[in-house]
Amino acid sequence: MEETSMVDRFEAYVASNKKIEPKDWMPDKYRKTLIRQISQHAHSEIVGMLPEGNWITRAPSLKRKAILLAKVQDEAGHGLYLYSAAETLGVERDDLFADLHSGKAKYSSIFNYPTLTWADIGAVGWLVDGAAIMNQVPLCKCSYGPYARAMVRVCKEESFHQRQGFQIMLDMAKGTPEQKEMAQDSLNRWWWPSLMMFGPTDANSPNSADSMRWKIKHFSNDELRQRFIDMTVPQAEILGLTLPDPDLKWNEERGHYDSGVIHWDEFYNVIKGNGPCNKERLAARNKAYDDGEWVRDAAIAHSEKRAARKKTKAA
Amino acid sequence: MSKKNWPLFEVFIRSRQGLSHKHVGSLHATDAEMAIENARDVYTRRQEGESIWVVPASEITASSPDEKDSMYDPANDKIYRHPTFYDLPDELKHM
Repeated sequence: MEETSMVDRFEAYVASNKKIEPKDWMPDKYRKTLIRQISQHAHSEIVGMLPEGNWITRAPSLKRKAILLAKVQDEAGHGLYLYSAAETLGVERDDLFADLHSGKAKYSSIFNYPTLTWADIGAVGWLVDGAAIMNQVPLCKCSYGPYARAMVRVCKEESFHQRQGFQIMLDMAKGTPEQKEMAQDSLNRWWWPSLMMFGPTDANSPNSADSMRWKIKHFSNDELRQRFIDMTVPQAEILGLTLPDPDLKWNEERGHYDSGVIHWDEFYNVIKGNGPCNKERLAARNKAYDDGEWVRDAAIAHSEKRAARKKTKAA
Repeated sequence: MSKKNWPLFEVFIRSRQGLSHKHVGSLHATDAEMAIENARDVYTRRQEGESIWVVPASEITASSPDEKDSMYDPANDKIYRHPTFYDLPDELKHM
């Protein structure tokens, strides 16, 4: 069949909400878009362990430490589900790692901000995981089967992440004046970067049209960002904290909150590698990988020894 | 074994006794034993299963999606294989 008619048939198939599976024919650009998106998503889960890992040894109680450990372990799991999904499209895991470690691949720019206080662990769970859930729930209906299935698992696990963060914020906001101040300071620093997690404005998001037509995305960046703002305002009210946006106000006519202008130059600057922690994150990932080499070598040696022993027994 | 690209294993999990194993995803491991251990950590952190199968992905033979039409065509016109094909008298209460 001609390439163009294959594409037409593919697009009609996807438009009728049917799923694409790994061995099905797909346009090159669909495959490339998915490989880029799923691997960036996987990298984000893996790098996302670093800002939170920073507080595991300093969590204020054993309960908080156990919860944070479980959460960080989940992020590792999410990274692994997603790498598996990316591999079904014909890329190798080790090549994806190499792209992350060399700095060629991107990950969510939110993880290039530092976690300076314990309240940041609350803010990350509440806002960063909250924004991630807002992005990820529609991905459960993505046209590519393996990605959609991985997202179902991720979303199931992610809701505890947001709740544990909100609970940390709640305890601090209702605590001593110093604790409340710490929570407010953390919210001030994380609010705007969290809004940037939804990506550039629709006007500046050139790849979105393809992704929407192919049902990889179901909602635009601005739509999801608006939903997140609308959902978060009442949550901040319950906490008794103030969102750091003087222009934030309910618009009766639109039925949504209006909000201030996002500083996109900051967003693009962080993406370019100039955020507060870009170099530190990449260095930490490279160190973890390099330091783990002897473990990987030992695992290979152990397997080979075990296989050789089995062979002699059988002989 | 090469240092790069460890073998890929597909993972199947029985969520509880009485149900069949279901495909949940894949992972890399140096051998099947390691694949089982890793599958425990990656796929059953919330008591999702009580039995794990791992299968080297290279050992799986799959039907081709290109042959989907011809492969399943023979079943298309045999509606009499379904119980709804048969008209039964109204007075028949159970069958």
